Amino acid sequence: MEWLRANPGLFLGAVGDHLLLSLTGLAIGIALALPLGIALAHRPRLAEASIMLAGALRTIPSLAVLAALLPLLGVGFTPSVIALALLALPPVLVNTVIGIRTADRAALEAARGLGMTGLQRALRVELPLAAPLIFSGLRVAAVQVVSAAALATFIGGGGLGDLVTQGLALLDTGRMLVGAIAIALLALATEAALGMLERHLATRVRGA
Amino acid sequence: MIEIDGLSKRWPGADRASVDGISLTVPEGTSCALIGPSGSGKTTLLRMVNRLVEPSAGTIRIGGEDARAMDATRLRRRIGYVIQDVGLFPHWDVAANIATVPSLLGWDHARIKARVEEVLTLVGLDPGRFAARRPHELSGGERQRVGVARALAGDPPVLLMDEPFGAVDPVQRGRLQEEVLRLLQQLRKTVLLVTHDVAEAVRLGDAVALLRDGRLVQHAAAAEILARPADAFAAEFLGADRMLLRLALFPLSALPRHAAPAPGPALPDGATLRDALARMLETGTTSAGLPGSGSVTLADLLAFAGRG
Ligand SMILES: Nc1ncnc2c1ncn2[C@@H]1O[C@H](COP(=O)(O)OP(=O)(O)OP(=O)(O)O)[C@@H](O)[C@H]1O
Ligand SMILES: [Mg+2]
Repeated sequence: MEWLRANPGLFLGAVGDHLLLSLTGLAIGIALALPLGIALAHRPRLAEASIMLAGALRTIPSLAVLAALLPLLGVGFTPSVIALALLALPPVLVNTVIGIRTADRAALEAARGLGMTGLQRALRVELPLAAPLIFSGLRVAAVQVVSAAALATFIGGGGLGDLVTQGLALLDTGRMLVGAIAIALLALATEAALGMLERHLATRVRGA
Repeated sequence: MIEIDGLSKRWPGADRASVDGISLTVPEGTSCALIGPSGSGKTTLLRMVNRLVEPSAGTIRIGGEDARAMDATRLRRRIGYVIQDVGLFPHWDVAANIATVPSLLGWDHARIKARVEEVLTLVGLDPGRFAARRPHELSGGERQRVGVARALAGDPPVLLMDEPFGAVDPVQRGRLQEEVLRLLQQLRKTVLLVTHDVAEAVRLGDAVALLRDGRLVQHAAAAEILARPADAFAAEFLGADRMLLRLALFPLSALPRHAAPAPGPALPDGATLRDALARMLETGTTSAGLPGSGSVTLADLLAFAGRG
């Protein structure tokens, strides 16, 4: 705590970097997962294959993903963001596919039968009906990304992980603890906030 | 007008065609009811008309235009579609559901709002009470009415209805049939309607088409198919009481009017020959009183039914 009082600027900078890393990674992951999920949902074979592949991908530890990207992309912010986007992709993708495939079939049929184009169906019917599941995938992805962003420090991506590694290197327990606790709190807060939003959304879409 | 010619659909991997060389014309402003056992291809046939299913062979012309040459989404906006399981959008209220096609057609806000109220009233739902409700706040019968209203909203010249009253009790069903019948007569749409229920088919369809294993067994005017089923299968499917169903298609004016009064109360306005027969059975007499005065007789009724 003393370290925090002495270095508020450093701390806030690290938090800012951490959030920037996480949000950028998450945003890119979602931006890829949603259209991919919509496209896959209408191709049963590919959909199943993608769900299995995504499941396998999720078992790879975050650190391994970062390490694997190191020789490919080098170090710094960009490779970190790419690694985080890769982590965010599977849960959102899988839930988008499942959300659309388990959505009210009659409503999907109606959307087609009434003359909506593919894009109109996706935006007006498929995504809204799949929204509760997509959102829970998003929550899982967000928590995972916020936690994994702590590892970005190993490939020079910055963020709160830096405080931990610096603390370890300098034997500065205060700095290390502040970093570690902040990472944990951030993950918890993400989970709590998105969990609340998710319940709100579920009742709105299903109208139950 | 819907002209179906040599239409077939064979699903990939199936050992026979689900729809097998069907030709069928529904003249402008008339309705045709498709009946047949489960799996006989009724839904598949219907879904080929609005190109939700691509035919394996054959042509469909709608209002003289080849459906397969038209843009599928544009075609569908011109064809009202009531699907087997209603399929209202659960995340939209009733008004938004009904507004689906008008907004796809780019109507302005005021016109859409007015149209939503108009079709809600048309299907017997009070716009003030129902427009803002969500589908889960409706009864099964109300949902089916909204489904019909949604199909009518864009004022399509052609209407496809797949078991529009599948999920309601017999009383509701009768009332809905009554209202749709009135609607069809009023709006002069060209309608292709699927149903399991022979009574519903002859009541709502000017013509009836009977399908079996994807083939057209018989296609004739409702009174005709009931009087002269093409084969044993048709006779059995139409049921032993088909002559009774047939009587319900004719008004009292189909029989000569006798001046002599009949015992018991007079039949109501709009009564059918079936009502007249029921009245005779009820009173144990051979005549039934007409609205106003006069009567019809059992002998005339039997002669009429026998003429076919
Ligand atoms: N998408 C599809 N893929 C493969 N086969 C299908 C598909 N849709 C329908 N079939 C098959 O086509 C046949 C006709 O089905 P269809 O749904 O047209 O019957 P139906 O007369 O509407 O039956 P019901 O009265 O039970 O609704 C059935 O054997 C069915 O299994
Ligand atoms: Mg069917």
